[in-house]
Amino acid sequence: MPAPVLSYKDIRVSFATEFGDVDAVKGVSFEVMPGEVVAVVGESGSGKSVTSSTAMGLLPENASVEGEVLLEGRNVLKMSTAELRRLRGSDISMVFQEPMTALNPVLRVSDQLVEALQVHEVAFGSEALEKAIELLERVGIPEARTKIRQYPHQFSGGQRQRIVIAMAIACGPKVIIADEPTTALDVTVQAEILDLLRELKQELNTGILLITHNMGVVADMADRVVVMLNGEVVETGPVAKILGHPEHPYTRRLLAAMPLLREAGDPSLELEQEQERVSVSERAASEARHGTATGKGSGAASPVPAALEAKDVALEYKFRRKATRVVHDLNFIVQPGEIMGLVGESGSGKSTVAKAVLGLLDVAEGELRVRGENMPTLPSKQKKALKREIGVVFQDPAASLDPRFPIGDIITEPMVVHKEGDKNSRMARARELLDAVRLPSSVLNRYPHELSGGQRQRISIARALTLNPTLLIADEPTSALDVSVQAAVLELFSELQQHYGFACLFVSHDLAVVDSLAHKVLVMQNGRTVEQGTTDQVLRHAKESYTQQLLAAAPVPNPEVQARRRTERQRLLAALG
Amino acid sequence: MSQSTPPIPPEDVRSAAEAEDAKLASAQRSYSQGQLVRRRFFAHKPAVVSMVVLAFIILLSITSIGFSGQGTGWWSKSFLSTGLTVDGGRPTMFNGAFLGEHPFGQDSIGRDYFAMVMRGTQQSLLVAIGVALSSTVLGVLVGALAGYFRGWIEAVLMRITDVVIVVPLLALAAVFGAYAQGLPGGTLTLALAIGLATWTGTARLVRAEILSLREKEYVSAAVAMGAHPARIILKHMLPNSIGVIVVNATFAIATAILLETTLSYLGFGVQAPETSLGALIQNNQNAFTTRPWLFWFPGLFIIAIALSVNFIGDGLRDAIDPRQKRSGASRPGWRTAFGLLGRSTAEERAGKQVSELSGGPTQMQPPAGMTDHGPDFGHDPTDEKRDS
Repeated sequence: MPAPVLSYKDIRVSFATEFGDVDAVKGVSFEVMPGEVVAVVGESGSGKSVTSSTAMGLLPENASVEGEVLLEGRNVLKMSTAELRRLRGSDISMVFQEPMTALNPVLRVSDQLVEALQVHEVAFGSEALEKAIELLERVGIPEARTKIRQYPHQFSGGQRQRIVIAMAIACGPKVIIADEPTTALDVTVQAEILDLLRELKQELNTGILLITHNMGVVADMADRVVVMLNGEVVETGPVAKILGHPEHPYTRRLLAAMPLLREAGDPSLELEQEQERVSVSERAASEARHGTATGKGSGAASPVPAALEAKDVALEYKFRRKATRVVHDLNFIVQPGEIMGLVGESGSGKSTVAKAVLGLLDVAEGELRVRGENMPTLPSKQKKALKREIGVVFQDPAASLDPRFPIGDIITEPMVVHKEGDKNSRMARARELLDAVRLPSSVLNRYPHELSGGQRQRISIARALTLNPTLLIADEPTSALDVSVQAAVLELFSELQQHYGFACLFVSHDLAVVDSLAHKVLVMQNGRTVEQGTTDQVLRHAKESYTQQLLAAAPVPNPEVQARRRTERQRLLAALG
Repeated sequence: MSQSTPPIPPEDVRSAAEAEDAKLASAQRSYSQGQLVRRRFFAHKPAVVSMVVLAFIILLSITSIGFSGQGTGWWSKSFLSTGLTVDGGRPTMFNGAFLGEHPFGQDSIGRDYFAMVMRGTQQSLLVAIGVALSSTVLGVLVGALAGYFRGWIEAVLMRITDVVIVVPLLALAAVFGAYAQGLPGGTLTLALAIGLATWTGTARLVRAEILSLREKEYVSAAVAMGAHPARIILKHMLPNSIGVIVVNATFAIATAILLETTLSYLGFGVQAPETSLGALIQNNQNAFTTRPWLFWFPGLFIIAIALSVNFIGDGLRDAIDPRQKRSGASRPGWRTAFGLLGRSTAEERAGKQVSELSGGPTQMQPPAGMTDHGPDFGHDPTDEKRDS
C-alpha cells in the first residue's frame, strides 16, 4: 500500500474573536493517496475549507492550529516561513473558487505563469515561457502561443479557471487542493473543468483534495468522500458507499436534500401531473371567482389578464450614452397562480428580465404587461399602485435586508410605503407572515445580522408577501444557500405558493430547483429565448441542442448514473461538433 | 483505510436549517447594530480616555467662567476685566499654592489668563461643533443627492464640489470668515460660514458610499416596492452610511479647531474683545521668548482637544467598521495608537499564524449570529457604476 501523500492528523483550529474563541475544527483526520481524489463535503460552517487550508498555512492570524499535517511525512505546521514558501506552489498547490480574483488583473497571463515557474526554479527566461505555453495547451486553451500575451479579463470564466489550474500544475505538485473549483462557474463549464481535472489527475498521478458542497461534483470526481459537520468528520468512505449507502443520518439527510433533476419516466412525475390537473382546474375556478369580484369596467366576460406578459421585449444597459442590448425579442406569459422558471447561464440576461419587471431597468422596446397594464408607460402614481402587486425575493441573503432595520420593520415596510394599516395591524400582519415562514414571532425585534442565510431568505419571502401580491419575482432565491437550507426554503416556497396562489417568475441557473417548482420553463441564452414550454416538455423532452447540453451537464449525486451521463454528454457534444 | 469516527451526540445530527432554527429559539443575548458598535467603542482604550479628557475640558471651560465668560462660574474673574499685573504675570499654580490668584498667569494688561484660556476654549469648541455641523449637513445633502440621482444632478453638484476644492481652503475660509464678521450671531455665524468651505470631503465620501449602497439588494427591493426616493435616502441609505458620516464629522471637528486657530492667527477669525485659542496665540506670539506661558497654555489646550477628538474618531471608525482592523483579543493600546508599535508585515503574519495562539488584527469568523454587516469602507470612491 503506497504511503499517503497528504495526511491530516487530529487537526483542531480555533479562531479568537470579539466574543471569545470559536472552535471551527474539532479533531479531524483523513488522508489523500497519490492519484486519488478525496472530496471533503459539508455545509457552510462545517470547517471543510479551514481544515484543508491548514496544509497551505493560509489561515488568518487569529487562528490557532493544533495537530499534524503531513505532506509526504513532513509536518507542514512545524515549518518555517521560508520552507512553507518553497512548499506552496511546488509540492502543494491550490485552485480557488473565484477565477477572477485568483489571477492578478494587471499582469499578463504569461508573466504570472512564468513567475510561478521561476520562483520554484523549474525553468527560466524563454525556456519558462515555452513551458508556460505548453501548460496552457495542456489545460485546453486554444492558440496558447498568442493568447498567453493577454490579460486575465480577456478570457472567459472557464478559461480563467483553466489558467489557474495551469498555474497549479506548473511545478508538478504532489497534491492539489481545489476549494470549490467549479462553484462560480456555469454547469456546462463546470463539466468541462471537471473533465480537465480528471484527465490531469490520471496523467500526473497527483492527489486531489476537492472541497465542495455539490454532491453531483462529488459523484463525478471523487474516489473517497469525507463528510464534515460542525468541525467534525461524521463519515468517510469510498464514494459509492457514501452516496449509495450512507450510514450516518446526517449524510442521508444531506443527500435527501439535493434537488433532483428527474428524468422521463420518474414515478414521482406521474403523481405530480395528476395533482397538477386537479390544481389547474381549481385555479381556473378560483380565477373565475376572483375575476368577477375585481372585474374592471370592461365587463365580467373579459378573460382574467395574465399576471405577467412580455411582448417583444428588448432590454439594454446604457453606459455613457451607449446602449448595449442584452435581451432581444422576449415573449412569454405567466398566468395567475403559475410559476415560470427562467433558466440560463450567466450572461443570458435572465436577471435583467427580473430587473425590468421590478421597474429597476427601463424597457427599451416592447410591452411588459402586469395584470394587463403596460407598466413602463403608466404614470408614476398608477405605477406605484401596480407595484403593490409585485413582491420580490433576491439572491443574496446578506444584502437583501437592510442591516439597520429590525425584522418587524423590514416585513411591514411595503405597508408603510403604500400607507396601509396602522401600527397594530401592521405588526399583526408581520406576526402572521412570520408564522407562515415558520419563524418565531420573537424575531420581530431582532436584526438581520443575527439570522442565518436561510432564515434571512425566509424573511425576504415574508416581506415579498406582505401586500398579498399577485406576482412574485424570485431572482435566484436559493443559490446562495446550503443544500439542506435550500431544500427547506424551497419546500416552504411551494407551500406558500399553494396557499397564497401568487404567480411567480423564478429566475435560476439550477435546473433541478426549477424542476421541483415550476409549471413552465423558459430557457435563455445570450439574451434570446432558446426554448419555452411546460416543465415536462423542456426538461425531459428538450428539442434544442443548447437545452440538451444544459441538461446533460448537470451532475447527479450517484457515481454510476453520473458516469453514464458523462459518456452521454460526451457523445452529445461530439455529435454537435 | 479505516478511520475511527468520533461519536456524535444525537442533537448534532440535524440539517443546517433545523440547527439554525434551534439556535434562534434558544434565546441568546441579542445585540443590535448600535449595541455592537458601543461595545467595540468602549473596548478602544485611547478613544475612551480621550472622551473623558474632552468631557473634562468642556466641563472645565463652561463651569469655570460660565456661558457668558463674565465670572459667573466657580472662577470669579472675567476674561475681559483688566487688573494689576502681579509678578510680571507669571502663573501662580507652580508657586506652592494649589492654584493661586492667577493659575495661568496674566497677560500684559493684567487680564486673568486662566479665564481667557477658558473663554478661548469655549469659543474654539463652539466653532468646531458649528463647522462640523454645517459642513456635515451640507456635505451629506450634496453627496446623497448626487449619489442617488446620478445624471445631470450629480454632474452639477460634483462640479460645484470640484470648484470649492480647487480654491485653497484657507483663502475661502478667510473670505467667509471676514464676511461673517459683519453678520449678527458672533462666533456661531463664523462657524457656519467656515462650514461652507469644508463640506467637500464629506460630500465626496457620502456620494461614494451612496453609490455602493445603490447597488445593494435591499435598496433595489425598496425601489421595487415603490418607495419614494426621499424614504430610500433617509431610511435606508443614510443610516447605513452613518459610519462614514460620524467618523468624518469627528475629523471635521479636529480640522475646524485648527482652521479656526489659523484664521484667528491671520486675523480673520474671532475678533477682539472676544477671544479664542487661536487668537490668544496670535496676540501673544511676540511674548513667546519672554513670557512663554501665554503661548503654552492655549497651545496645550489646542493639542489636547484636537488629539482627543482624533482618537475618538479613530475609535468610532474601528467600532463601526470592525473589518477594517483589529478586534478580539488584541485591542489597540496607546503605543499602537501613536504608531510606535508597528503592525507585523504580511510575511511575518504568514509565518506566525500557524504557531501563534493569540488572536490578531483580522476578525475572520465571528460567532454565528454575530456577523456584522456594517458599512464597508473598502469601496473605491471613484468606482464608476454602470448606468442603469
